[in-house]
Parts: sequence; C-alpha cells; structure tokens
Amino acid sequence: MNLKERQWIIGGLFLLIALIFIGRLAQLQLLSSNLQDYAARLTQEREVLAPARGLIFDRSGELFLDNKAGYDILFTPRQCRIAGGMDTLALAELIGLTPSEIQKAIRKAEAYATYRPSTIRKQMPATEYAAVAGELWRFAGIQSRRRSIRTNESGLASHLLGEYREVDRDDIQSNKGYNLGDYKGKSGLELQWEEELRGREGVKFHLVDVRNDYRQSAEQGALDSMPTPGENINLTLDMALQAYGESIMEGKRGSIVAIEPHSGEVLAMVSAPSYATDLLTGRMRGTHYDSLLRDTNKPLFNRTMRATYRPGSIFKMIQGLIAMDRGVISTQTRIPCNRSIIGCHGGHTNDNLESAIVHSCNPYFHEVMRRMIQPRKESNVFEEARDQLGYWSASIRRFGLGTDLGGHFPGLRSGSVPDTTLYDKLYGRKRWAYSTIYSISIGEGELLTTPLHMANLAATLANRGSFRTPHVIQSIGSKGKPAGMDSLVQTGIDPALFKPVIKAMNAVTESDEGTAPLARIPGIKVCGKTGTVQDSQGNHSVFIAFAPANDPKIALSVYVENAGAGGDWAAPIASLMMEHYLKGSVQQTEKESRVKGATYPFANAKQ
Amino acid sequence: MRRTAPILQRIDWITIGLVLTFMVLGLLNIASATSGAENVDWFALDSKVGKQFAWIFIALLIAAITLIIEGEFFIRTTVIHYAVNILLLIGVLLVGKTVGGAKSWFGIGSISLQPSEFAKTGTVLMLAWLLSRSNGKIRNAKTLVQSGLIVFIPAALIMLQPDAGTVLVYGGLIFAFYREGLSGNVLIAVFCALLLLIATILTGASSYDYPFLGPQSSIGWLWMILLTLGAILWKLVPGWVVPRNRKRVRRATIICFSTALVFSAAVHSGLEVVLKTHQKERIYVLFGMDVGNPDADYNIRHAKAAVSSGGWAGKGFLQGPMTAYGFVPEQETDFIFCTIGEEWGFAGSAFVVLLYTLLLLRILFLAERQRSDFTRIYAYGVASILFMHFLINVGMVLGLAPVIGIPLPFLSAGGSSLIGFTLLIAILLRLDAERSYVLR
Repeated sequence: MNLKERQWIIGGLFLLIALIFIGRLAQLQLLSSNLQDYAARLTQEREVLAPARGLIFDRSGELFLDNKAGYDILFTPRQCRIAGGMDTLALAELIGLTPSEIQKAIRKAEAYATYRPSTIRKQMPATEYAAVAGELWRFAGIQSRRRSIRTNESGLASHLLGEYREVDRDDIQSNKGYNLGDYKGKSGLELQWEEELRGREGVKFHLVDVRNDYRQSAEQGALDSMPTPGENINLTLDMALQAYGESIMEGKRGSIVAIEPHSGEVLAMVSAPSYATDLLTGRMRGTHYDSLLRDTNKPLFNRTMRATYRPGSIFKMIQGLIAMDRGVISTQTRIPCNRSIIGCHGGHTNDNLESAIVHSCNPYFHEVMRRMIQPRKESNVFEEARDQLGYWSASIRRFGLGTDLGGHFPGLRSGSVPDTTLYDKLYGRKRWAYSTIYSISIGEGELLTTPLHMANLAATLANRGSFRTPHVIQSIGSKGKPAGMDSLVQTGIDPALFKPVIKAMNAVTESDEGTAPLARIPGIKVCGKTGTVQDSQGNHSVFIAFAPANDPKIALSVYVENAGAGGDWAAPIASLMMEHYLKGSVQQTEKESRVKGATYPFANAKQ
Repeated sequence: MRRTAPILQRIDWITIGLVLTFMVLGLLNIASATSGAENVDWFALDSKVGKQFAWIFIALLIAAITLIIEGEFFIRTTVIHYAVNILLLIGVLLVGKTVGGAKSWFGIGSISLQPSEFAKTGTVLMLAWLLSRSNGKIRNAKTLVQSGLIVFIPAALIMLQPDAGTVLVYGGLIFAFYREGLSGNVLIAVFCALLLLIATILTGASSYDYPFLGPQSSIGWLWMILLTLGAILWKLVPGWVVPRNRKRVRRATIICFSTALVFSAAVHSGLEVVLKTHQKERIYVLFGMDVGNPDADYNIRHAKAAVSSGGWAGKGFLQGPMTAYGFVPEQETDFIFCTIGEEWGFAGSAFVVLLYTLLLLRILFLAERQRSDFTRIYAYGVASILFMHFLINVGMVLGLAPVIGIPLPFLSAGGSSLIGFTLLIAILLRLDAERSYVLR
C-alpha cells in the first residue's frame, strides 16, 4: 500500500471514534432515563412543607390538642465521613439517646442513603432542643429540622382523641401520600377526621449542591406549592365537665357519658382508668404502650364505646313504654308481684307501671313482656313468640339500642337486641317460646348495650321519645357542623306515655322508697334509674339520669364496674356530674369526697 | 502562490476558526462550571473564567508571534527546543510542586506551569526533524530506535512525575509512525495487546472455583484458552498455506502465542506492583465490576449522569445543576465535557465531537498537501496528540475509558495546556503557510 493512502485509514479511525462517541452520547442523553432520574435525584431535593395540623378545641374554645414546637435531629453519613467522623457518644448524650440507640440509628442512616439526611432522634421538644442547639454544630453531618409535636396538655379524653403517631408500612402503601417518617392519626378522632385535620402538604423543589445545601428553587418554583393548614375542630365536649368526670372516676373502672339531650351533643366521655395521650407520642411510646397493655385494669380500653353490659333494670322503662304503646297495659294496669315465676325484692305486692319502675318489680315486667310476646291468641306458643318478637325487637331498636346510633362513633359496638334470627340460631326454629327467653324482659339474657347507648337512652327519655344522633363534633373549620351529625330519630312512641315513666324516674331519686337517694341535687329535680349488672367479680353499679326534670339540659349514664348497687356509686357520681354542669361548681362536698375516696376493692360489691 | 504574498493570506483560516470556536466554547463552559449558577465574573482575574480569558489572550499573542517567525527558525532550533523541554521535565522532577501526588508543576507565584504540556511540541518537532532527515524511511532499525528514543525519553520523565495520562498521549504518536511507514502489523499487535491487557485485568480480578484446585483467579482460563487456540492454529494453519511457507507460519504462530502468554503473565503479576488500588478500581469500574467501594465510581457515575441529564437540547447556559453545584469533580478541567453534555445536550455535545473530528481531518488534509516531509510528519504528530487527548478525555467522561486525567484541548481550564496546544497548531499553520517555498 502506498504510504499516502494510509491517511484514509487514520482519517477513518478518527471518524469511527467520532461515530462511537455520538452513538454513546445518544445512548446516554436520549435513551437513559434512569441516569437522568439519578441526576435529578442528586440535584433536586424535595422539601415537604408540612401543613399545621388542625387543632382540637372543646365546645367553648378550650384547647384539647395543640401543636408544640419540636425538632428532629438529622444525620447525613457522607458529610460526617468527609469531615473525618465524630464523637458519637458525646452526641448521644447531648440528644438523649443511649450509646446502642445511636449506633443503631447511624447504621440505619448509612443503609438508607449516605448523602441524604436521616432522622436519628425524633420529636425533640423545643425546651430540650434549646438547651443543646448551641452544641450541635460541632458534629459534622448533624442538622435539625423543625417539626411540630402533637400535645394534649390537659391529658383529658385520651380514648376519644386517639393517637397521632408515625405511619407504618400499610399507611405508606395506602396511596394517600404518606411517606416514611410522616405522622398521622392512628385511632380515635385523630384517625376519624384525619383528612380534615391533616391539611395538604406543600412542596418545594430545591436545587442542591454536592453538600446537599439548598441553592435555588428548581424550575423557578414552577413545581412548588404552599401547604394548606388542616381544619381546626371544635368538639361538643365540655372540657371542665370532662376534667371533673375524669377526676371523680380516678381509681375506678367504668365510664361516664353525658349528652345534651336536645342536641345530641356529647358533653363528656370518661373511660376509667385513663392514660395521658402524650405518653404514647414520644419516643418512649413502646415502653409506655407495653405497660398500659399489660395493666389488668385495661386503661387502653375505651369503655364508653367498646364495653358492653346487660342493661338490667334500666331496661324496664323501655319495656313499659312499648307495652303502653302496643296497648297491652295502661298507666293504671296493676300486676301482682308473683315471685314464683321470677325473683323480686322489696315489700311491694301489686304495682302499677310507675311504682313498678320505682320498685324495679321483676314479675311486673315479666308479665308485661309476656303480654307482648305470648298473648296466647295462637294455639302454637312457638309460632306466636316468633311472630311477636320481631315487632318487639324493632321497637327496642328505635331507642337506638343494638344500632350504631347514627354512625358518628367508629369503634362503637352496637351491642345486641335479640330477634327471631338470633333465637332461631340459638335454640332452633320453633324450639323457643316466651318461657325460653323471658329473662330479656328485665334487661338480662341476650341484651347488651354500651354506656353510650345508655346515655343516649337517658337523653331519649329526657326528650320524651326522640333523640338527636349523638356526636362529638361541634364544627369543623369554618364549615360548622357537618350535615347529618344530629339527625332526629323518633321512637314513634306518644310523648304523653313518657309522663308516668319520668314521674317514676323522679321518684327513684326523690321518694323514700326510691333506689337512688344519692342522686339528688339540692334545688334541681333529678330523674334517674339505677341498674345493677351481675358480674362474677362483683356487681357493676349503673345509673342513668337527666336533669332538670322539666327542661333537661344534661342526660348521662354512669358505670362503675364491680362496685355494688347502682344507687351506691353510680348515682352519686351522676349527681355530682350534673351539679357540676348545671351549677358550674359542686357544693355537695361530702358526697364528692366520699366518691373520690372510693377505690377498689369496693365493699358490698358482691351482694 | 507567490512567495511574497502576506502571511495572513496564506494561513489556513479554517483551522484558526475551529480553534477560536473551541476557545470560546471553553470560556462559556468554564463559566458554567465555576460560577455556581450565579453571575459570571468574565474579567475578574481571581476567577477561573477571568484567568482563562487571560490565558487565551497570552496564547493568542504567542500564536501571533509564532506566525510571524519564519518556519525555518523552528526547524533549525528543533534540537534546542527539544533539549530545553527535556531539561524542564527533569527540572520539574527536582523542584516541581506536588499536586495530587504528582510532581508535574512549576509554581511561579500564583501561576503554575506544566512543562509536560509544552514538551509535546518539542517531541513532535524533534520527531519530524529526525524522520525527515532520514529520508522518511522508518523501516531501518537505527531510525526506528532513534525515533523511539525521542518519544521514550520525555515519556519516561513524565512517567516519573507520575502522569500516566500524558504518557498515553505520547503513545498516540504511533499513528504518525504508521503514516511514515511503520508496519500495519505493529498497529494490529498493539490493538491485540490492548485487548489482551483488558482480558488479563478482568480475568485476574475475578475468581473461579476450579476442580481440585479450589477457588483461584480465573486468569487460568484465559491462559488455557490462549494455549488451546495456539495449538489449534499450529495444527490447522499449515493446511491453509503453500508448503514452503509452512515452517515460517508455524514459527510465527508459536512466537505470537508465547509472546501473548508471557505478556499476559507479566501484566498479571506486574499489575499488583505498577497500578495503585484506585487505578485498578477505575479499570474494574469501567467494566461494571463491583469493587466494594461506593466512591470508586463516584466521578464516572456523576459524569455520566450529568451528560445524560442534558437530554436533547441541554439545560441551557448556566442552568445545569450538576455543573453548577459541584457534583462532578474537576468540572472545569478534565471533566469539562460534562458541562457541555449537561447544558448543551445531545445537540451541543455531538456538535463538539464533530468539530474535533473536523479539526483532526483538517490537520490530516494540511499534512497531505505538504511537499516538505518535515511539515507532514509534524502535522501527523499534532493530529495524533490531539486525537489522543480527545479520545481519552471524552471516552472517560462518557464512561468508555478509565478515569485518566488529561485536558480536552482548548476547552479545559488551564494555561499550560492551552498554550501548549496553541503553539502546536500555530507552528503547524506557519509551516503550512510556507508549503510552496521549498522542498525540504
């Protein structure tokens, strides 16, 4: 080959390399979206602008749940490495971690990303942070980020308000925009109204430099958005009443639910024993949660909505009302106290409805219910009982029992109102008659209700036959009360029929033979009814009441577990609660100190 | 063309245009890479852009002076030029300052000069001088050894700094040798040696669980394959050639394969001694091997990401975040091509690649139109040097070549390389302008 021709080989080589480079450029720049994503990840930092979570107030604007300033401590492994490491033990001491905790946190941060900050200490309260902030700059790769801490300073209504804590894997995968390290409502109202409270995150895209410092906003801020704060919520609860209720229930197991009868607004929901919400928010949550879980008094158990009890004697009032409504008795109907069928107590013999309620006469209501379920008009008692029970169950349900009470309380157990289906299942079709199921006539047997249902019953009686669905939301943001919160439910029973029942309820507290003299409030007419629910650990003391009798402002149910008769403990507690609410303070100091001094085990509980 | 025509009418304006374009592109991209997306201080001498501006001015001044000087001067002073360069290279080893582990720089006040950048000119001049005097016949052993020494001496001195990248650039002079008559087989042999080198490094780094022997370096496989291949060819090849050549072919086969084996074994055992850990890691990273050090491929990973993020049209001047915010080290010098990739996209980067190719081909064209052997050989030397810089630098940024720090001609920030390359081209242009004078 002529040497001159070698220019073509050399020139060809130059061209070949040019082609290879252009091909490679095309591959990198036009086809490698993963490399481009990688570049974007390196250079853009998505800063989430957390919205302020909605606050929760009581009915008069007192603060239940607040957001307090706090700080997360963040660690970026690469920055630390570049600076030649740091004294992790000193850091641990400064931010209140144990040596093993900080080792673990650092290992986790390194596994997550070396050039990205990871949180190594969450939710450091502002007071604690202020004390060490001046020292933190000494540690390479350590930064802090402001974040608010949910606080319940009063420590009240923990069960109702619920928990606000870090999201778990299910939340992150739920597609609702939760990311690792975010917080959300996990139970109670915090969970129920999460969407309203949460607000909308804002986001700011920054261009960062190689040290991960923000330099300017990406795309001139075109992608950024401001956060929308969450809605504040006003509850119907009365903070003072709630606080008082929790204080008198201290040392006891049980509950108080108080409702404003005409509106269905819940004034207090006390479940005892309680716990401080804040115990379950900090980083000691695990420890606290375990000890609460192991507590035999079950402090985490929300008795107002989750505990179900048989209604007992209190149920007799509903029996009387629906019996009058069906026309099987009138106010004057007297029924002999035939104790050969079912046991009774006290010295009465032949009561009408009013005195039967006051005396809590078992044979009376046994007969009343027999007249409804087993009128002996059909030849087959089994078929007759089946035919009649359906109507009876429906009537009971109209009082809210066995229902979700309008559905404003997630987690509320509906309890049980037996019907034909249930008994067919229990005994077999046509294998049961009134004689099989008669214990429900006096509120025992398969009947189950929660304290909320019983408080609602008290409100229904106070309203003489109707109730507004109970609820705790007064207003959300500026939108006021959500529609359907307080829909009116009618029992369908003539208000006039309530007169003898209410008269009897008044006698329960005021007459000499009434079971609840301790429920009286000086100067205020109180209507109430005791209940005593049998339990192997000792009877539960139960009382429902409303006051004042002619213009009811408050209706409530009180449960004190394993404490004895309804009149002994539940009645005075109800009295104190109503007095506190109606008068604004409690003058019955003797009653108050007796109740406050009572703790487990209660004497006479097993009688 | 008349001898008396003014120089401005005789010089090759295409080359000048290309070089000036590169200088402007260099300024723009250095501005992007160093100003952190803020206002650019074009003329502040304490900024990298301002300094580059000054260097460009100085380089153009030197070029202008060079263009006025008679070409004969460079030819006559070649030996002195070369000798001075060698002395400077020795000097830098004695009194140079150490930057990044290499003694490559003379520090004079606030400016630094890198003699190895100027030594290229001297070496190419010297090579042209020698080869043109020996009648352009490189086949004679004496000329081969002499010209080899001309390249070897500066290369060895630079290796002592050490600056492996620049030494590799000297290797590019093989194209000039080839044009002047070096056997094409040498080129093929070098190419095969490169392949074998890569295979040796890669197999040497991985291990294989052999029967009886247990896990060992898988280099054993490479050697077994070489042996088997050699044996098969030894057996088969004689059947393809005429009988009187059989003996010769057999001998050639044996020599080839035993040389390959010895070479591979030498490289394999020599690697541990010669290459430092980070150099080995760079090579492994290039071939996608996991070296267990997340920082090993940091540069190249970020460089590729920066180029890639440019997309079709790029992010725009001063708008590339990886460029502006220090994600790529040596952004304004060795990795300047990243900036082009990120801010000017595929369109801009492909354009720059084409411009370089155009320059290289233009120099080949200039070379081939010479009547003087000296100028032709010199021009080939210039093209080879530029080509090697382009090949290694852009190849590195695109992840096709291991990370070897050498500048991209006329674009990378830095005075020494800019002046070196400008001088290289200016001498060529002057010689080219005199192509009609005489037959040297």
